[in-house]
Amino acid sequence: MSPVPRFRKWLDERFGWDELLEFVHHKTVPEHSQSYWYFLGGMTLFLFITQVLTGILLLLYYRPSPDNAYESVQYIMAHVRFGWLIRSIHAWSANLMIFTAFAHMFSVFFLKAYRKPRELTWLSGMLLLFIVLGFGFSGYLLPWNMLSVFATKVGTDMAGQVPLAGHWILVFLRGGEDVTGATLTRFFGFHVAVLPGLATLLLLSHLLLVQRFGMSVPPRVEAAWRQNPSQRREIQFFPNFLLRELMAWYVALAILGALAAFKPWGLGTKADLFAPAPAGIRPEWYFMFMFQTLKLLPSKIGPIEGELLGLACFGLAGLLWTFLPFFDHGRGGRSSRWITGAGIFAAGYIIGMTVFGYLTK
Amino acid sequence: MLMRRKERAANLHSVIARLIVFCGILLFPALSVSGQTKNSCLDCHAKLDAPLGVTPEEYQGSIHAQKGITCVGCHGGDATKDDMLESMDVKAGFRGHLERSRIPSLCGKCHADAAYMRGYDPSLRTDQFSQYQTSVHGKLLAKGDTHVAVCADCHGAHGIHAPNDPRSSVYPTNVAQTCARCHADEAYMKLYKIPTTQSADYKASVHHQALADGDLSAPTCSTCHGSHGAAPPGVDSIQHVCSTCHLFQSQLFDSGPHKDVFAAMGLPGCITCHSNHGILAPTDAMIGTDKSAVCAKCHSEGEPAYATAAAVHRELVSLDNAIKRSDEILQRAGDAGIEVGEAQLALADGRDDLTKARVAIHSVQAAAVDQDIQAGLKVAQSTYQTGVQAMAELRFRREGLVVSLAAIGLVIFGLAFLIREIESKQKSDKEIMK
Repeated sequence: MSPVPRFRKWLDERFGWDELLEFVHHKTVPEHSQSYWYFLGGMTLFLFITQVLTGILLLLYYRPSPDNAYESVQYIMAHVRFGWLIRSIHAWSANLMIFTAFAHMFSVFFLKAYRKPRELTWLSGMLLLFIVLGFGFSGYLLPWNMLSVFATKVGTDMAGQVPLAGHWILVFLRGGEDVTGATLTRFFGFHVAVLPGLATLLLLSHLLLVQRFGMSVPPRVEAAWRQNPSQRREIQFFPNFLLRELMAWYVALAILGALAAFKPWGLGTKADLFAPAPAGIRPEWYFMFMFQTLKLLPSKIGPIEGELLGLACFGLAGLLWTFLPFFDHGRGGRSSRWITGAGIFAAGYIIGMTVFGYLTK
Repeated sequence: MLMRRKERAANLHSVIARLIVFCGILLFPALSVSGQTKNSCLDCHAKLDAPLGVTPEEYQGSIHAQKGITCVGCHGGDATKDDMLESMDVKAGFRGHLERSRIPSLCGKCHADAAYMRGYDPSLRTDQFSQYQTSVHGKLLAKGDTHVAVCADCHGAHGIHAPNDPRSSVYPTNVAQTCARCHADEAYMKLYKIPTTQSADYKASVHHQALADGDLSAPTCSTCHGSHGAAPPGVDSIQHVCSTCHLFQSQLFDSGPHKDVFAAMGLPGCITCHSNHGILAPTDAMIGTDKSAVCAKCHSEGEPAYATAAAVHRELVSLDNAIKRSDEILQRAGDAGIEVGEAQLALADGRDDLTKARVAIHSVQAAAVDQDIQAGLKVAQSTYQTGVQAMAELRFRREGLVVSLAAIGLVIFGLAFLIREIESKQKSDKEIMK
């Protein structure tokens, strides 16, 4: 017996390899007019893997201290062979990952894929989205430049507005009263240890749940298939769907490469904690809608501080959104239509406020 | 019965006590107002036109009113009396109109009294009056010339603000305009036969520009001439005046051959080349043998110094151009996303060398200038090389991208082809199965 079949037999005897292959060969994915949305989750996964790999490479040179952080990133960009490419891909991939995660969430929302029995899939996905935002917030500070430091000040100030626990959260995030070197090491710890650990656990749970319940079919398509079972279409997961997914990953890779080569991620000027805040401080684009809303709110709305009320509204909206499957079963009806309307409003609000924020600067 | 009386008495006491506290609260502001110094002068003078009129805003905004010093402080009299004859009674020390010749000594009564001024501001100087007496203004006033400036001409009379108040006529940005009120007035200055172009010259100068840009330490008239002791600096003093800010240039000038030559020729130091009120930002064109070069005013062709001036000019221009060339290529590379921050920082050293070379010119020693120029050229050359490498890197990245995109495109094309092949085979297998 040649080595390959022998190795396969060895695997099969120990891990039930043939059984696994049999399972993969029989796994199918529904095929309909909206099945292209299924690729967004896989694309987010690809970008996450890219983040992990490029992040590990950056760790070889990055030094998380206020005296060295900026210089180490500068060294990566200027002297490490292909360091510019790795860092630019890491930064661009982070932004694309947040974009695809948001797009994936909205596609799941509008296709009502969160309905029974996929409540926990939605919940794990929402928690992953929050973690991804946490990656973005903590990673933004790591190059230790002027904009990142002052944007972190603004961001943590907002967290400090939370009633009762606000000051405690602020001190916990900053490692003190102000943004200092202690904040940098703390954010580094969150970025490379705490968040990746949580993300890995949640990602595995999310993938297992997707595997357990399969891809959801939009209610309208499902109803049509129920009426006319001959219309039901499915493709094999392996190789048909996986090869298509692979094509999508290659497209993402091409976009990442083009962005990194034509628009390498800038470094800015090194942070000076004693300098006045630079003009035009603003968060990354994914926090812009919240930032712009809080900017537009008056200082007082009735007896409550405007910023506090704004944060409370966002908190409440986020909470309702996270637990959406537990009060909307997605079976149609008036309340479901209201929730779809609320989703359209939320998507429009996020896009509109983000554009408004960039136009007004 | 007795108990009831006692209770009533206790209640009455309590009510009276509360009334006293209540009345006290009500009366306290009124009492505190009546405790302020009364100034009845404004009752009439606020309604009069100039020169006797004083608006309440002008008076209340002044530093004197803020410190509780009323009209009486300068004009005498008794401002607590409402009756005009009583308040303006000579017996009460009323002086009325103040003669110009008496103003400096009148102001000096308080401002030259260190013990008195300490009560208002311990850091305030009290030598203004003695300085004024040494000034051209003070000396002429002592001779009976009442046209010269006295305290009120520069500081104002009723609406005097502290010098660090931007509304003050002697705030750094207002000084030149205050001086120009007299010194730019041709008819007024005709009496003293002095030019009136200083203000216009100063406004065109680099010093005025710096002040206008918000640098309050930039020189204005009083920085070089003094304020209370204002006088033109003598020929021997000019270099000392300039060196209060331009110390290195002054020290280098002292070490060079020009110092003795200028002294022998009776030329004032710095202003011989830089002029006085209209000092412009120095340029490399000031050095050399062109018409605009100050060197050519004294040195002529054939002299060794003439050739040296031309050579120094060439060196300055060459370093300036080299820095611009490096700056341009690094800027281009940086804009394209190549990290050249370290080279840009290194180029700042080259700019420092150029500045040092320009300062070294004051020593009039070509070797000293050349030393800084060579150091700067070395930096400019190495940073330019970094820029060239950065541009080569940019080309490599672009070419690499094209190759990578082509490879990725091929893979995508291959995958699409593979999917088509697999699905066509699956379809035919199904048909066979049917």
